[in-house]
Amino acid sequence: MKNRSLVSIDDLTTEEITRILDLAEDFEKNPVQPLLKDKVVATLFFEPSTRTRLSFESAISRLSGKIIGFTDSSSSSVTKGETLNDTIRTVSNYSDLIVMRHPIEGSARYASEVAGIPVVNAGDGANQHPTQTLLDLYSIRKTQGKLDNLNIFLVGDLKYGRTVHSLLMAMSRWNTTFNFISPEELRMPKEYKMYLDNLGLKYYEHTDFTEIISKADIIYMTRVQKERFSDPIEYEKVKNVYVLRNSMLRGTRENMKVLHPLPRVNEIHMDVDQNDKAYYFEQALNGVYTREAILCLLLGIK
Amino acid sequence: MKEPKQLNVSAIENGTVIDHIPASNLFKVIQILGLDSINNMITFGTNLESKKLGKKAIIKLAGIYFEDDDINRIALVAPEAKLNIIKDYEVIEKSVVVVPDEIRGIARCVNPKCITNFESVETKFRVMNKKSVSLKCHYCEKITDQDHLQIV
Repeated sequence: MKNRSLVSIDDLTTEEITRILDLAEDFEKNPVQPLLKDKVVATLFFEPSTRTRLSFESAISRLSGKIIGFTDSSSSSVTKGETLNDTIRTVSNYSDLIVMRHPIEGSARYASEVAGIPVVNAGDGANQHPTQTLLDLYSIRKTQGKLDNLNIFLVGDLKYGRTVHSLLMAMSRWNTTFNFISPEELRMPKEYKMYLDNLGLKYYEHTDFTEIISKADIIYMTRVQKERFSDPIEYEKVKNVYVLRNSMLRGTRENMKVLHPLPRVNEIHMDVDQNDKAYYFEQALNGVYTREAILCLLLGIK
Repeated sequence: MKEPKQLNVSAIENGTVIDHIPASNLFKVIQILGLDSINNMITFGTNLESKKLGKKAIIKLAGIYFEDDDINRIALVAPEAKLNIIKDYEVIEKSVVVVPDEIRGIARCVNPKCITNFESVETKFRVMNKKSVSLKCHYCEKITDQDHLQIV
């Protein structure tokens, strides 16, 4: 994977995904290694995303790499009207790898074509966020011991949720059964259901948590945002339907874990946090190991 | 009254005839092939009767011959176009356009939030469906379908 960019999860073969997850496992055992001692990594955040940025910067720091960059575009020359092309070409002279977050879709692919050094997409608008998907896969594999033949529940905003779309596309490689739980207005788009149909994978749609959650291996929660609803009354009606409470986890499988990309607002009640099945904070930690693995592979260090 | 026996668009001695262009897309074809900036003799007719297309257009280009890759660029707007290669007023070769697997330039991405609509990046698409053209943007990965197709 040396000198490649990571723009979309579809850029990776299944073998490459496995290689990243295996290496992340090594970093979990031994997270502090001076592998990036002579490397400079640029973190270019054209829009703020504190969590993603800190996770990357933690990964770089644990590998002794140096960080340059900016945390939102108001503190960069973008405000002076510089094009993305010029920013990327300039920064690629100063660094060995670029981590980029940008509100415009396709910006990461474009950056990877003009950079001359590897670019890691840390989110390009509503399009892709592959390191999130990889840390989700890592968390699933770690807690379930495998990726094959699992029953994954995706809950909340399935229409606009970039995270759930990428996770669906990625997990479809491992014969996954999906259950979609969402309000009518925010159902999984047709194109993704057609994709699963073509692969012959099973999926079921629900509008609330039903008895069926006892069959879940993973419950992946996302936030139902008020601004997604055309009718505010609809939002009021459903806003409490998609809140997970500890009492609802009774009768779920022993191996079941609750995941969430964070930040959480109120869609997972605080009382779930004490439950061993709550895994979202460990999931965030797994993001550091996964990103350590990605950085090393793209820089050809591992 | 006798039918006047003449062609709507007069014949050429040597060159290429592009027939069966949908009349509504004639000027797009001219634009895509860059015919507005060449010096050869070009004649065209539009809103001609066509059993197949209703109204069709035809372009006759004196002394011009196309490579397949060049002519296939018009497939997006004239998928049923037919080419006749003319030598000494005779048709010596006929061919049809083929929708390519990849389209560069030509079309605009439908997604207003796509990088190609913000910066001067040449658009690039993978053709997902050749019958009713549907294009997947190489950059933002969104689909542009026939109904939303705009020529750059």
